[in-house]
Amino acid sequence: MIHLTDLHKSFGSKHVLRGADLHVPKGTSTVIIGGSGTGKSVLLKCVLGLVQPDQGTIQVDGRDTGSGDRDAFLAQFGMLFQGGALFDSMSVWQNVAFRLLRGSLKRPKDEARAIAIEKLQRVGLGAEVADQFPAELSGGMQKRVSLARAIAADPKIIFFDEPTTGLDPIMSGVINDLIREIVTEMGATALTITHDMSSVRAIADRVAMLHGGKFRWEGPIAEMDDATDPYLHQFVNGLADGPIETVR
Amino acid sequence: MNIVTSFLAPIGARTLAFLAVLGRVVLFAGSTLSHMIRPPFYGKEFGQALLSIGWFSLPVVGLTAFFTGGALALQIYSGGARFNAEAVVPSIVAIGMARELGPVLGGLMVAGRVAAAIAAELGTMKVTEQIDALTTLSTNPMKYLTVPRVLAATLTVPLLVAVGDAIGIFGGFLVGTSRLGFDGQVYLLNTVNFLEVWDIGSGMVKGAAFGFIVALMGCYHGMNSGRGAQGVGRATTNAVVSASILILASNYLLTEVFFSS
Repeated sequence: MIHLTDLHKSFGSKHVLRGADLHVPKGTSTVIIGGSGTGKSVLLKCVLGLVQPDQGTIQVDGRDTGSGDRDAFLAQFGMLFQGGALFDSMSVWQNVAFRLLRGSLKRPKDEARAIAIEKLQRVGLGAEVADQFPAELSGGMQKRVSLARAIAADPKIIFFDEPTTGLDPIMSGVINDLIREIVTEMGATALTITHDMSSVRAIADRVAMLHGGKFRWEGPIAEMDDATDPYLHQFVNGLADGPIETVR
Repeated sequence: MNIVTSFLAPIGARTLAFLAVLGRVVLFAGSTLSHMIRPPFYGKEFGQALLSIGWFSLPVVGLTAFFTGGALALQIYSGGARFNAEAVVPSIVAIGMARELGPVLGGLMVAGRVAAAIAAELGTMKVTEQIDALTTLSTNPMKYLTVPRVLAATLTVPLLVAVGDAIGIFGGFLVGTSRLGFDGQVYLLNTVNFLEVWDIGSGMVKGAAFGFIVALMGCYHGMNSGRGAQGVGRATTNAVVSASILILASNYLLTEVFFSS
C-alpha cells in the first residue's frame, strides 16, 4: 500500500532521514517507534506532501505521491495530529465535518452534521458536544474529536501522530482501543508513530523502529520482544544502557 | 585583505538574507494573486474577513481621522496666519485628508490592528499544526486563509479611507467653525469647490494598495512563523513593522506617480 524507498531529508546541516525504506501492507496497522527527534513526524509529513524529501520515492497504491490529482490523493487520508490541530474558530461538529462541508466531498449541511454526530458517537462523545468549541473540551475529548475528524470521510489510510501524548494512562488506553477498533472495522491501512509502548502493543500488527534516519528493525508485533536487535531491545525495554545514546 | 573581508562579509550576508526574504515575499504575493483567480473560492471566509478587517476597523480609523482633521485645521490656521492665508484651512484640510493623511494614517492604523491580528492568528495555527491539518483535509491554506484576507483588505481599506476622509474633513469643519470662527456654509463651500474627484480617487487607490500590503504581510509572517510563543510574537511584530514601512514607501512611490507632473 505505502512504499518508501531510500528517503532522505535534511534541515540545514541536520540529517533527519538518511535512506529510510519502509513497506506498509494494505489493511494493516503499522507502528513506527523511535526516540524523540528521529524523524518519525517528518516521515509522515513527507508521505502527505507537507514536507518535500530531498531524495527517494514514496508510492501509495503503486503511484508516486508527486504525480496525479493532489486533492484525490489527499482524500484517501485521514490524520490525527499530536496536538489535535482542531480549528478553534469552529464548533466541534464543523471540525469533524470540515471535509464534508467543502471540496469534492461536499454534502448538504444537515447531512454533514448528522455524519459528524455519528462519528462523534463512534469515538464515545455525545451529540451535546457537537456545538461546543474545542477550547471548551478536555485534552482527551479533543483527541477524540480529532479522531472523529480523521475518520469522518471514511479514508483508506489513517495516520496517527503520537495519539496518546499528554493523556493519562486510562484515557491513553481508551484512545488506543478506539484506534484499534476503528482501524479494524473500517479495514483501513494505519500508520502510527509513537514512543508509548502500551500504544504499540494495543495498536500494532507490525512494528518498525526508526533510528539514525533509517529503519533498524521491522516485523510483526509478535516478534518484537524476541528480536535480537540491540537498539530495539533497549527501546522496547526502556533501558538507559545500550547503543542508543541518552543525555543525562 | 582579511580586514576588508571581515568588514564586507556581514554586509554581504545581510544583503543576501534581505534579497532572499524579498524573493519569498514576491513569490508569496504572486501565489496569492494566482489563487485569487482560480477556484475554489471560500465565500464564507471572505465574508468573515470583510467584517473583521473592514467593519471592525471603522472605529479606530474614524477616530484617527476625526482628531487628525481637527489638528490639521488648527495647524493650517496658525501656520497660514503668518502670511494672512487663514482662509485656505477648509481646502487644505480636505486635500490633505483625501490625498495623504486619510490613506496613510488609515493604512497605518489598519496595519497595527489587522496585520498583527492576522499574523498572530495564522502563526498560532502554524505552530499548532492547524495549517498542516488544512492541507490533509484537501484544503489549500493559501486559498482558504490568505486569499480571503488579502482580497477583503484590498477591497475594504479604500472604503475605510473614504469614510475616514469624510470624518477627517468633518473634524476640521467642527474645529474651524467652533474654534476658528469660520462660517459653516462658507467652510463647506470652500471644501467642495477646491476638492477634485481625483483627490479622493487617488487616496482610495492608495488605500487599496495599503490594504493589500497589510493583509499580505500579516499572512506571510503568520504562515512563516517560528515555533512557540516567541515565534508567533516575532511574526506579529515583523508583520506590523514591515507593513508600516511598505505603506510609507509605497505611499511615496504612488504620490510620485499620481502627482509629480
